[in-house]
Amino acid sequence: MNYHWNWGIFFEPNPMGTGTYLDLLLSGLVVTLKTAVLAWIIALIFGSIVGVMRTLPSKAASWFGFCWVEFFRNMPLLVQLFLWFFVLPELLPKAAGLWLKQLPNAPFWTAAIGIGFFMSARVAVQLQAGISSLPRGQKMAATALGLTTVQGYRYVLLPMAFRIILPPLTSEFLNTIKNTAVAITIGLIELTGEARSMQEFSFQVFEAFTAATILYLLVNAVVVTAMRYLERYVAIPGYITGK
Amino acid sequence: MKHFRSIGLALAATFAVSQAGAEELTGTLKNIKDTGAITLGFRDSSIPFSYLDDNQKPVGFAMDICYKIVDAVKKELKLDKLEVKLNPVTSATRIPLMANGTIDLECGSTTNNTERQKQVAFTNTHFLTASRYVFKKSSGLKSIDDLKGKTVVSTAGTTNIKQLTEANVEKKLGANIIPAKDHAEAFLMVETDRAVAFVMDDILLASLVAGSKTPSDYVISKDAFSKPEPYGIMLRKDDAPFKKVVDAATAALYTSGEGQKIYDKWFMSKIPPKGLNLNTPISDQLKHEFAKPSDSPIPDDYK
Repeated sequence: MNYHWNWGIFFEPNPMGTGTYLDLLLSGLVVTLKTAVLAWIIALIFGSIVGVMRTLPSKAASWFGFCWVEFFRNMPLLVQLFLWFFVLPELLPKAAGLWLKQLPNAPFWTAAIGIGFFMSARVAVQLQAGISSLPRGQKMAATALGLTTVQGYRYVLLPMAFRIILPPLTSEFLNTIKNTAVAITIGLIELTGEARSMQEFSFQVFEAFTAATILYLLVNAVVVTAMRYLERYVAIPGYITGK
Repeated sequence: MKHFRSIGLALAATFAVSQAGAEELTGTLKNIKDTGAITLGFRDSSIPFSYLDDNQKPVGFAMDICYKIVDAVKKELKLDKLEVKLNPVTSATRIPLMANGTIDLECGSTTNNTERQKQVAFTNTHFLTASRYVFKKSSGLKSIDDLKGKTVVSTAGTTNIKQLTEANVEKKLGANIIPAKDHAEAFLMVETDRAVAFVMDDILLASLVAGSKTPSDYVISKDAFSKPEPYGIMLRKDDAPFKKVVDAATAALYTSGEGQKIYDKWFMSKIPPKGLNLNTPISDQLKHEFAKPSDSPIPDDYK
C-alpha cells in the first residue's frame, strides 16, 4: 500500500485555527459526550414511564406504551433524525417551523431528543421484561400490605426490576453513545464528524479514524467500569440479582 | 546520474516510443501493463466534473480529461487494448482506495493543496474555483458585511468553512456558522431558511442552483472569501514515471485548445441528465492556466 503514515499529525495545528488536530477530535468528543448523556437521561425518564405503563392493568396505558415502543423502535434511527430535523419543521405552521429551524444548536437538541426517544423504546422494553420477570406474588403482596399501585411500583416492583435489568441497561447506554455518530447526518459535528473533517483537511484518513476508534473505546471502557461499580453498589444479598 | 537521466528524458521526448520499451517499468505503469487495465475513481454527484448520468454511467468534465489520459497511457505502453475500470469513490474513500491501489486516477473535483500533497500527487490543474456564497434573492444581501449576525452554513471539513471562520473573526461579523455534512444538506438549509447563506466553491454553488426547484430565486455573491483554488486529477505520490505521462497528456490537452472545447461542453451547454446549463464562461485565470499548465497547489501562482 502506498500510504504515508504520519502519526505526528495529531500535534500539527488544524486549519480551523483552534489548536491541533487532537484538539479538533477532543472537541468532537465533548459534543459526543454531551449528546449521549442528555439522550440517556431522556431515554431513562421516558423509557421508565413507558415501561411501567406497559405493565399497568389499565388498557389505555398499556396501549399507549405499545404504540410508543413500536413507533420508536421500528424506524431506523437515521430516518428518525432526518424526520425530526428536516420534515417536522415543514409540517408546523410557518412561524413555529421557522423558530424551530433557527434555534441555536438545533442539530444538538434534535440529536439528543431524537436519540433519547429512540433509546427510550428499548429501555421501556427492558423494564417491562424486568417487571414481568418478578413473581406475580410480589405485586399481590404489595397490595395486601395496603400499598397503592404507585407505592407498589415505587417500593416493591421497580427497585427489584431495575436491579435485574442493570446489565442490559449498560449495553443500552453504550448503544446510546455509539448512536450519537448518526447525528452527523443532521450536521452535528461530534467525534465521527470531526474525524471526517480531519480526513478532509489533511487526507490522513487512517490516523483520524484510528484516533476516533480509540476515543470511543476509552469512553465505553469508563462506562462499563462505572456500571460494574454501580451494580455492585446496589446489589442486595438474597435478591435474585444479589450474590 | 542526474545528467544521464536528463539526457534520457530528452531522448524520451524525441523517441517516446522506443524509450518506453527500453526502460524498466515501475509503479502504476507496470501495473497497468501487467493487468491490461486502468481504474478510474469517479464521484456520483460532483456535477459537472464527475457524476452519474441517467444510464448510471459516470460522465463529466474530469471524466473526459481522464479518458484523454487513458489514451496517452495506452499509447505510451503501446497497448492494443486497455480496459478502463470504473470505481465509485466518495470524499471519505478516495484516499484509502488510491493508497491501496484500487484506483489509479481520481477524476473529480478535488482541491489541490500543500497539505494534501503530503499524501497524494496531482496533475495539471483543470479548474479554478473561489469561495463565494449563495443566498436567496429575497434576503437582500449585498456584500460579505451583510452576513453580520446571520446564520451561515458551509460544509464540514472543507477549506471553505475554514475561510468563512477566518473571515468571521477578521471582519468581526459575529455570524453563527453551522457546519453541514454535505453540499446538498447545506443548500437545503438555505432553501428551508435555516441559514441565509451557504459558503462554497462557486462552481458547486452554480450547479446546486441550476439543479434546484427555482434557480431564479438564488444569487451567487460577487464577493469571494478566497483566491481561486486549483482542482486537479489525483494520482499516487512518488510515482514519477506515471505522473510524467499524465502531466504530458493533460498539458497537451489544455494547450491544444481541446481543453477549452471540453470546458465549453460541460460548462456552457446543456448537460445530462436533466439538460441543465451551468452558463459559466471560462475565467481569465483558467484560460491563462490552460495556456501554461501547472500543478501548483498555491493559489497565488494562478494569475
